[in-house]
Amino acid sequence: MELTSLTAVELGKKIKAKEVSVLEATEAVIAQIEKLEGNLNCYVTLDKEGARKRALEVQEKIDAGELTGPLAGVPVAIKDNMCTKGMLTTCSSKILSNFNPTYTAEAVKNLEDAGAVIIGKTNMDEFAMGSTTETSYYGITKNPWNENHVPGGSSGGSAAAVAAEECFYALGSDTGGSIRQPASFCGVTGIKPTYGTVSRYGLIAYGSSLDQIGPLAKDVTDCATVLEIISSHDKKDSTSVELKEKDFTSALVDDVKGMKIGIPRDYFGDGLDKEVKEAVLNAAKVLEEKGAIVEEFDLNLVEYAIPAYYVIAAAEASSNLERFDGVKYGYRTKDFDGLHSMYKKTRSEGFGSEVKRRIMLGSFVLSSGYYDAYYVKALKVKALIKQAFDKAFEKYDVILGPTAPTTALEVGKSLSDPIKMYLGDIYTVSVNLAGLPGISLPCGKDSKGLPIGLQLIGNAFEEKKIIRTAYAFEQTRAYERPEMVKGGEK
Amino acid sequence: MGLRMANVISDDIIEYVGILAKLELNQEEKEQAKKDMESMLDYIDKLNELDTEDVIPMSHTFSVHNVFREDVVTNGDDRENMLSNAPEQKDGAYQVPKTVE
Repeated sequence: MELTSLTAVELGKKIKAKEVSVLEATEAVIAQIEKLEGNLNCYVTLDKEGARKRALEVQEKIDAGELTGPLAGVPVAIKDNMCTKGMLTTCSSKILSNFNPTYTAEAVKNLEDAGAVIIGKTNMDEFAMGSTTETSYYGITKNPWNENHVPGGSSGGSAAAVAAEECFYALGSDTGGSIRQPASFCGVTGIKPTYGTVSRYGLIAYGSSLDQIGPLAKDVTDCATVLEIISSHDKKDSTSVELKEKDFTSALVDDVKGMKIGIPRDYFGDGLDKEVKEAVLNAAKVLEEKGAIVEEFDLNLVEYAIPAYYVIAAAEASSNLERFDGVKYGYRTKDFDGLHSMYKKTRSEGFGSEVKRRIMLGSFVLSSGYYDAYYVKALKVKALIKQAFDKAFEKYDVILGPTAPTTALEVGKSLSDPIKMYLGDIYTVSVNLAGLPGISLPCGKDSKGLPIGLQLIGNAFEEKKIIRTAYAFEQTRAYERPEMVKGGEK
Repeated sequence: MGLRMANVISDDIIEYVGILAKLELNQEEKEQAKKDMESMLDYIDKLNELDTEDVIPMSHTFSVHNVFREDVVTNGDDRENMLSNAPEQKDGAYQVPKTVE
């Protein structure tokens, strides 16, 4: 058995039992990276030497009994929009090509305190704007299941790195589906927590009211374990919440008897791939057979989520990205004539076209004369969408549906038609608008051999219900590894 | 719901948005931006199908309250590290082009 095929929690146990050293685990991941990274490009930045050094430090602390947590010594990959002190943090953008943060994001720091070994920073869509990881300035990431397909996005590097076993687990961020959709495309599991569960301090903001950090890993147990570690009340993020309970791993129970699961009919209409539909409905049947009460219902307003989302996300992005002006950090243009020319040329040369497109749209919808018609209107629709979910959760514990309408798309097929690309987010964005938790986990494969993702949505701060449901479903099927990582194993 | 008017973005609007966004677009990019924004706005106009007359705009999904703290400095002096990321620096400060004549 190869070391890299272990889950993060399995590896953590072996490290604790002294069956595997932290350095061995780190070297195993580095060897896997050296084998596959040339094909996949999951990482923007790798810190092999730093990881080796850190592995020895962590080992000492484990041996001294100072680090006893479940993930002590386990190598992790971090999405490149989370600040890591002294380690390049680019957001996959040219404008941050030389940015070395002076501090570490709170979620990452929580992992470090628990003994994580950071291997590197994963590729993403530039500033998390995209669903394919094709808008990265540092090249596209390929899907480990089929290199002609995208890994999804924006946390595509994180999802692909987990699937390719180039790390044991990863952090991603989710503004409109950016953890769940790549998890779905790469056949791994990812959780977007309730807004406020994980501190956003040190997460380079895209849409601040929607952004949330979460785990991507091989299974539900890993995700719950990581979430337990990264969630914290942080004074440095005034939207972070003091949770009453964060014992997410206590929900890892194989029992859904009496669990009320609602299936929104509106999630199964036009545009949904037939094979995805079948696999997801089959998952619902499996849960029903395990004792859950499964019912169809009308969620309503589903088709309004994407336009509302793009107005709000673009508006917040246009404001958040104003800070990249060539003064305090990052790229500055070489030739300019005065201050304003410096700002404009720096930004025009430093941002890619999808980022510029959203900044332009965001600036427009916030501009005087259009603010009410677009921005305020979108905030009102957001209120209606939240109400629709509130109503659904009066009846159901969990909402079940597909994560994305299709499996992973082919490389090079998405960027030419933005609206079509945005429609791929139809089942994920409303969850961010309403601030809810969602999980994506594998539930099958299509005829092309590409993974299909099942999405479970919970009410605010009810992560444990979706974790429990996901865990129960997961027990009915084995984790599948892409061919390319199986290597010589038969 | 009647027929919707297609959005038309004029040169002036693109020029103005470019100023707000602090982006300098060449002629080709401007044409593309116009096209992109028109089709996005046509799509976004779908929101007008919903009657939101009496709906209160929601910026935060949960009831949030102001978070206060004492007005004291808690972070240390990190000037040198912070400046190390600056494209240009001089005498312990960020250096920018001349801002006033």
